Amino acid sequence: MGKVTGFKEEGRELPSRRPVEERVHDWKEVYNEWPDKDARTQASRCMDCGVPFCNNGCPLGNLIPDWNHLVYRGEWEQAIAQLHSTNNFPEFTGRICPAPCEPACTLAINQDPITIEMIEKKISDKAWDSGFIKPEPPTERTDKKVAVIGSGPAGLAAAQQLNRAGHLVTLFERNEYLGGLLALGIPDFKLEKEVIERRLDQMRAEGVDFRVSTNVGVDITVDQLKAEYDSIILTGGSTVPRDLPVPGRDLNGVHFAMDYLAQQNRRSKGQEFSPEESITADGKNVVIIGGGDTGADCLGTSHRQGAASTTQIEILDQPIDSLTPEQRQLDNPQFIWPEYPMVFRVTAAHEEGDNRDYDVMTTEFVGDEDGNVRELKAVRIEWKAEGHGPRPEPIPVEGSEFTLKADLVLLAMGFLHPQHNGLLDDLGVEYDMRGNVKIDENMMTSEPGVFSAGDMQRGQSLVVHAIAGGRAVARFADEQMMGSSKLPGVKRYFRQLTTV
Amino acid sequence: MKVSVIKEYAQPAYASLKPMKKSGLYDPAFEHDACGVGLVANIRGDQSHKMVDQALEVLNHLTHRGARGADPHTGDGAGILIQTPHEFFKDVTSDLGMRLPEPGKYGVAMVFLPQGAKAQAACEAEIAKAVSAQGMELLGWRDVPQRPDTIGILAQKVKPTIRQAFIAPTSDIDSDKLERELYVARKVVENAVEAMTDALSDDDRDNFYICSMSARTIVYKGLLISEQVAPFFPDLEDERLKTAFALVHSRYSTNTLGAWKLAHPYRMLCHNGEINTVQGNKNWMRAREQHFTSDLFGDDVRKLVPVTRQDESDTASFDQVFELLALGGREIEHVAAMMIPEPWYGHETMSEEKKAFYQYHSAVMEPWDGPAMMAFTDGHKVGAVLDRNGFRPMRYLVTKDDLLVMASETGVLDIAPEKVAFKGRLQPGMIFLVDFEEGRIIDDAEVKHGLASRAPYGDWIKENARFLDDIPEPSFVPGVDSETLEERQKAFGYSQEDLKILLAPLADTGHETYGSMGSDTPLAVLSDLPQNLFNYFKQQFAQVSNPPLDKDFEKIVTQMSMTVGAEGNLFDESPRHCRQLAMEHPILTNAEMAKIKTIDEPGFKSAVVSTLWNANKGTDGLREALDRVRSEVTDAIDKGHQILILSDRGVDSESAPIPSILVTGAVHHHLIREGMRQNVGIVVESGDPREVHHFAVLFGYGANAVNPYLAFETAWDMCRVDRELENDTPTDSVVEKNIVEGLEKGVLNVMAKMGVSTLASYHGAQVFEGLGLSKKLVDEFFTWTPTKIEGIGLEEIAQDSVERLGRAYPEQTVAAELPLDVAGVYQWRSNGEHHMYNPLTVALLQDSVNRNDATVFAQYSKLANDETRRLTTIRGLLDFKEDESKAIPLGEVEPASEIVKRFATGAISLGSISREAHETLAIAMNRIGARSNTGEGGEDASRYELDPNGDSRSSAIKQVASGRFGVTINYLANATDLQIKMAQGSKPGEGGHLPGQKIDEYIGGVRRTTPGVDLISPPPHHDIYSIEDLSQLIHDLKNANDEARIHVKLVSKAGVGTIAAGVAKGKGDVVLISGDSGGTGSSPLSSIKHAGLPWELGLAETQQTLVANGLRSRIVVQTDGQIKTAQDVAIAAVLGADEWGIATGALIALGCIMLRKCHLNTCSVGIATQDPDLRAEFRGRPEAVVNYFMLLSEDLRNIMAGLGIRTVDDLIGRTDLLEQRTAVEHWKGKGVDLAPLLVQPDVDNAELHQSEAQDHELEKALDNELIKTASNAIESGSPVTASFEIGNHNRTVGAMLSNRIARKYGDEGLPDGTIEFNFTGSVGQSFGAFLAPGVTFNVSGDANDHLGKGLSGGKIKVVPPAGSTFVAEETIITGNVALYGATSGEMFLRGVAGERFCVRNSGANAVAEGVGDHGCEYMTGGITVIIGKTGRNFAAGMSGGEAYVLDEDGDFYVRCNQELVDLDPVEAGSEDEEKLIRLINDHRNYTGSPVAENIIANWDDFRTKFVKVMPRDYKRVLEERRLQEETGDREFVPNG
Repeated sequence: MGKVTGFKEEGRELPSRRPVEERVHDWKEVYNEWPDKDARTQASRCMDCGVPFCNNGCPLGNLIPDWNHLVYRGEWEQAIAQLHSTNNFPEFTGRICPAPCEPACTLAINQDPITIEMIEKKISDKAWDSGFIKPEPPTERTDKKVAVIGSGPAGLAAAQQLNRAGHLVTLFERNEYLGGLLALGIPDFKLEKEVIERRLDQMRAEGVDFRVSTNVGVDITVDQLKAEYDSIILTGGSTVPRDLPVPGRDLNGVHFAMDYLAQQNRRSKGQEFSPEESITADGKNVVIIGGGDTGADCLGTSHRQGAASTTQIEILDQPIDSLTPEQRQLDNPQFIWPEYPMVFRVTAAHEEGDNRDYDVMTTEFVGDEDGNVRELKAVRIEWKAEGHGPRPEPIPVEGSEFTLKADLVLLAMGFLHPQHNGLLDDLGVEYDMRGNVKIDENMMTSEPGVFSAGDMQRGQSLVVHAIAGGRAVARFADEQMMGSSKLPGVKRYFRQLTTV
Repeated sequence: MKVSVIKEYAQPAYASLKPMKKSGLYDPAFEHDACGVGLVANIRGDQSHKMVDQALEVLNHLTHRGARGADPHTGDGAGILIQTPHEFFKDVTSDLGMRLPEPGKYGVAMVFLPQGAKAQAACEAEIAKAVSAQGMELLGWRDVPQRPDTIGILAQKVKPTIRQAFIAPTSDIDSDKLERELYVARKVVENAVEAMTDALSDDDRDNFYICSMSARTIVYKGLLISEQVAPFFPDLEDERLKTAFALVHSRYSTNTLGAWKLAHPYRMLCHNGEINTVQGNKNWMRAREQHFTSDLFGDDVRKLVPVTRQDESDTASFDQVFELLALGGREIEHVAAMMIPEPWYGHETMSEEKKAFYQYHSAVMEPWDGPAMMAFTDGHKVGAVLDRNGFRPMRYLVTKDDLLVMASETGVLDIAPEKVAFKGRLQPGMIFLVDFEEGRIIDDAEVKHGLASRAPYGDWIKENARFLDDIPEPSFVPGVDSETLEERQKAFGYSQEDLKILLAPLADTGHETYGSMGSDTPLAVLSDLPQNLFNYFKQQFAQVSNPPLDKDFEKIVTQMSMTVGAEGNLFDESPRHCRQLAMEHPILTNAEMAKIKTIDEPGFKSAVVSTLWNANKGTDGLREALDRVRSEVTDAIDKGHQILILSDRGVDSESAPIPSILVTGAVHHHLIREGMRQNVGIVVESGDPREVHHFAVLFGYGANAVNPYLAFETAWDMCRVDRELENDTPTDSVVEKNIVEGLEKGVLNVMAKMGVSTLASYHGAQVFEGLGLSKKLVDEFFTWTPTKIEGIGLEEIAQDSVERLGRAYPEQTVAAELPLDVAGVYQWRSNGEHHMYNPLTVALLQDSVNRNDATVFAQYSKLANDETRRLTTIRGLLDFKEDESKAIPLGEVEPASEIVKRFATGAISLGSISREAHETLAIAMNRIGARSNTGEGGEDASRYELDPNGDSRSSAIKQVASGRFGVTINYLANATDLQIKMAQGSKPGEGGHLPGQKIDEYIGGVRRTTPGVDLISPPPHHDIYSIEDLSQLIHDLKNANDEARIHVKLVSKAGVGTIAAGVAKGKGDVVLISGDSGGTGSSPLSSIKHAGLPWELGLAETQQTLVANGLRSRIVVQTDGQIKTAQDVAIAAVLGADEWGIATGALIALGCIMLRKCHLNTCSVGIATQDPDLRAEFRGRPEAVVNYFMLLSEDLRNIMAGLGIRTVDDLIGRTDLLEQRTAVEHWKGKGVDLAPLLVQPDVDNAELHQSEAQDHELEKALDNELIKTASNAIESGSPVTASFEIGNHNRTVGAMLSNRIARKYGDEGLPDGTIEFNFTGSVGQSFGAFLAPGVTFNVSGDANDHLGKGLSGGKIKVVPPAGSTFVAEETIITGNVALYGATSGEMFLRGVAGERFCVRNSGANAVAEGVGDHGCEYMTGGITVIIGKTGRNFAAGMSGGEAYVLDEDGDFYVRCNQELVDLDPVEAGSEDEEKLIRLINDHRNYTGSPVAENIIANWDDFRTKFVKVMPRDYKRVLEERRLQEETGDREFVPNG
């Protein structure tokens, strides 16, 4: 049972990050190698709770106490088996999941939680290094064929699960790279692309048929698709970004974050871009609008591209720094254990240079005569509920107008919903109120045999939800095709307390 | 004898009560009784009428041990057995025109007949027929004169017609033959009447009963109170009625509406106690009876069956078998020793011949196990035997003119001191016999020597018995088959938790795993996951009507060895009878299993029967396989095999194992039905069993031995992996040994909680209840097991098996699947078993109460209720009937501020939780007028003072549990409720366990125990071995605090309703029916999961029983156990609860997050821990707890408004408001039928809730006089001395007086010697209980049980009465369990004390001149000096205090249990010496003891003969304290 008194004896320690001055000059991951011993010490802090809230906090239902126990004992091969039983891609979640499990950890009530995510990463790295992870093709094939459309984490998870259930799976990706946001959205310093490749190799060896640069609906018609496949799984992601319709939005140098990040990822893979196409921060004053993870990815990328200055602005209030012991009183509304707390986080990118401003509303982009953006006009706001309804609204503070130098503006304000025209409209699937693909209790869309999961279905969210959705949809599709399914079931509490 | 006619026969409410019949959840089979027993005899055999008078006088002195119910004039039964009074009968029959033959040449039947003339005639005709068939004639009938107006109205209502039949043989036969013919005739009549289902109604057949039918003895008995026996039967007052001896009995039954026939004495005996294994004993008899052959009975032997009946009480069954064996040719003392053997196994000093006698007879009959004092007679001899534990008191005296008086108490007959020749007590396992022909008493040693030398038993055993250990090991012994291990684990349903939580610790340490915080998973029948069939069996446990055993510290009475082989004819005795294979351990290793398979000796031939079935055939396949197995075992027996091995080795993708318990039950009951069970032993070789509970169930349903091969393989495999990681992992052989020993310890624990000492009697005793099993399934495979709500059958069992097999041998595997399921039974997992407390419910509950947010609380309640309805609990299957037309405005419902007072928190001890948490709960509950509970651990007296802000930290409910930790008079005086904890939901039948690491100086101080030392509180209350004992403790506590409600905590089980009725009759003010799944600080996992029943069942049964008995109005019914929401509360009220307890919910409100680490002291939120660092993390606030209970109360109001109910009182018992949900889709749950829960007893104008107070009759207490006499002393402290006459009816003397002192002076009391009272006579039970400082009681006479219990600073001295001539230092002066739970004070006894002297003493000093068994058990403080002999097992469980024993023969070490103590010399000049001399000096001065005088006079000689008994831990702590004082480091930190 782990170590009964481990949490009393050891404090939380994360692996060290490489020095800022070193890492901003390359695209390698920021963390140093974590010695086994340190990981085992951290795992020993797990209390092996009667009710492990982490297990619930994890949308995948990762068996966190169980693998903490195994890591503490040094049984790495069993640990990866436990991890793989709920999570197809722990090497992804171990790197880029915001880890809702950690604030749910019971130790988070009055101390620092277990370093769950880093232990997960350690288990998966160790497993890859030790050769524990091998292709596991199905022992028998069914006569069913499945098309998975979109190779993000949801699509990959669905494809791997369905293939393991014996179906012939074809995974379509309209980009030239597999992995969706993992490949094109997440910068290398958070997720080196070899990490994706080795997993794709495993899936190939297991028999998944990958078709890149294939835009379903264009390259293959919907009718062809329906004729050829027994099930169609839509995992195309949430791709329509939220825009900022203020004067000057059309100026050169105002870009959606994803365009910017994808280009850098392509560049890292060796593609070249003409100066007209190129979006880079090199020598520029960069303003990032949006205080989330994508914003931070833009920030880290800007640092590495050699930005002259970086500023990140956010319309919401600045969160509290962190929870002090006093704030952890159970009746403090800010203390919302086991939910994900809104606190001020210093990511690796912020460690490299941090100029964040909160309660700022952009009012206008101002450009030069060439139509290039040069300045951003903004106003400070206060959130007040006095307006039209009970919800607080941003009220500009009179006289607080100011401007920022801005040669490159990156809009990192999230995504609205999937792209409707083309495949989805052609298929004729219904949408929910937010414009996402609507599913029934079996994750089937309004079109029989067509399923959906991931951001395309639930709206923009975490990689861990995407994997969970992919696993779940695989089970439902399998069940629908075969009458029953041996794939692992869907977690009981699909709707989380955690609202990240 | 004066006759008092009862005049107050207006129509009292109770007059309309109807006799109790099986209905709803009530079943008369669960009735219990206990009693007072008396025996008087003229040892020379001289007959006189005075003997009858004296016997009835004794009976009157035992009235308080009997009971009465709703009707104050109807007793539970009383009666008398005497020799056939020839002179009297001759006269009275001649008036009727009969001519009786010579004395002894005719028999008399005392008969209860049905009331109707036709039915009566039919029964009488049967008697005439049977008598004549046995070569006798019926001389005539005599109506037994009666005075019905002297008995209660209810007794009259059910009174049978009572007549005597006179029967003479038609030829000259000898006396023994006549007795046998009468017996055979009686059995024939009984069977015939039983079969007259057409001619007679059920009631008529039930009312027919033959009290006695003998030429030697006759029984007069009925539904009477002791004093009514003689007035009712004028015969008994007739001077012509003479006898040389009499047995008398006063009964205390748990039910009011008893029956006439249930009164004792029975035909040959009367009984005080209970046979726990009676179901097994009956089954074994049933199996044996088909093979009876008897020279004495000849062909008539066939007429004697069935020997016992299923609906007969334990005593009746015992009597039937006793009679069979006695009339079958054995002497009565022989029969007694066979049926109630003393604990011989492993006895340190017992002679070999005696051991051989017992060993031989263990092959003939299993012990009838349970607390029992049996007084028995065949008319020529009279005797008594006491069970091996000595759980019943029996005192005797013999006068110089040969009068023997023997009774449950001393002082039952006035005998002048100078006439007493000697006195004594019946000791555990001993037999006392009077032979009238020889005219003398035969003592135990002579009786047993006589029995042991009847035959060369030792030689017979040597020649015939074999020991498994002596059989050579075969060449091949199976080990681990790694290749197939995983698939077999899956086929048997192993989970990761089985490996990690159950097997790994067992293999590593040899101990069962402990857990905490109860169980909140679904019942097996409602679970979505495949269930092991074992999970449907709930362990029964001892509660009130008999005590659980102490498996840890009373090992001298337990025996786990087992035998297999064929049994011989019960009526013979031959060397062949002991041809048995003895096994030291019934859990067989693979090597032992292989031995049994290969053993090649006549008498031990084994046959392997495969228990696999063809899973492709589904349920039919399972049924076919069961049929095949049954026919194969019959064949095997026919072919001469004596050992059947039921083996499930060889599982493959098509062959599934029949669940081991199913096939064991099937074979066992098949063989019983076929009368072949005695021919063979059943050995189970199975991959199935792997935890303690599994083995207990297997043994309980007839397995003689079990080889759990897959559990071994699994453990070996795990440990091999471990060995690669760590090198301190045990080797394979150690693993095997650990598993065997750990499981056996666990099984013993399961047996002990039911009060069963030997595996031989547990074997087949079926002390389980089926929960969720269909009646049909039970009838076929687990015959006679109670199962109340229906459930699964073979089909569902097959389905589960097929599913498991499918997982083991899948057609297709999916990568990344875990080999074994996570399960999540012990710890929540998102993909595991459902738990009611899960991350969502816990988080929502905390959020709602922290912020007092009704909206969030509604979310919580909805979720919790919905989850309950997802089929987790029984209440989840119930819904309120919707009828919107009945709804009323919320404002009309009783306010929440009133409702909330009906809540209590659970008994959570300080120690199990931190001081901060404990006090916060108390403050919260006091703020809202509800009740918190001290739990078992005492309470710091500083908490009785109010805090500056007006808060009170004093727990309203003060618990009195078996450990009596900190139970002082001041503690008792400061309570509003005093709760007697009979059992705890998560581990009923077990004692408390507080790990030493949770006992710091503070906790140890409050509990008066040694810091850092594990605290095991005894499984039984040592002053409650029966229902009348409980009633005595209730009386004690009411005396100690007459303003407090006395409250008895029971745990739900089949039959709890009858116990609750017994509590109501015993004057309990509150009865708590606790569910099986409530929280716990530390319990074995098998107990948490498998013992007891959900509260819904127990509560409903309690309500039905109390209402039907007319007792409901006088007792508050409370319930608890996983109550979470207002919906739960409402259902509890409807099923019968006036009040409700919530503990886990309250802890969650304080911040508990269900870590389930209470037993490890690592609670990270500072609740269930004593670690100072972690306690600092405690953030709980009383406000949150207040919010929780207020939110619940408000929510309950909403429900009530919807139902149109204005007050809670109007809601209680209204089962008409509920219905079983019809929309249940669950594939297993759909078979459940809850109709029995909703039954309303058929009573006119029934009271459904508590509405009146109990009458405790305190005005009769002698203490009223004492208090008056001491009023100045109490008021002003001025000294007072006075003298009083006293008798055994004066019970609990001194407690009320002490209460008055404690109220005024607290713990301090009065200065020593302020009040000095002298008493002359035999003092009643609980004399000097909780005696306060400043009070001295001097007794000249002797004392009964429980002398000075809970002594709280007072002083008690007892000396023999003036004029006595017996040797005081060899004579018993007080009964059992003196000074139980004493916390301070002194006691000096000029004589010998009974068993368990100073048990749980934590601070009193005492000197006695000899003690019985188990002296100083569990002592934690104080000094005990014994200047005489001690019994066995001295100092067991003693962890503190000191004892000094005068060991003149140098053999004390043999009788001392040295597990925890050292035996040290008393050094000259030491502090020890000084203390010892001082106490012996005091003893001499106070009692005038010449023994003490002699010791003091020759101190130098005697010093070296004293042995100091010193607990090792106590020694260590004293040493550590000394060091700390030297270094100035004050804070004591427990080790570990």
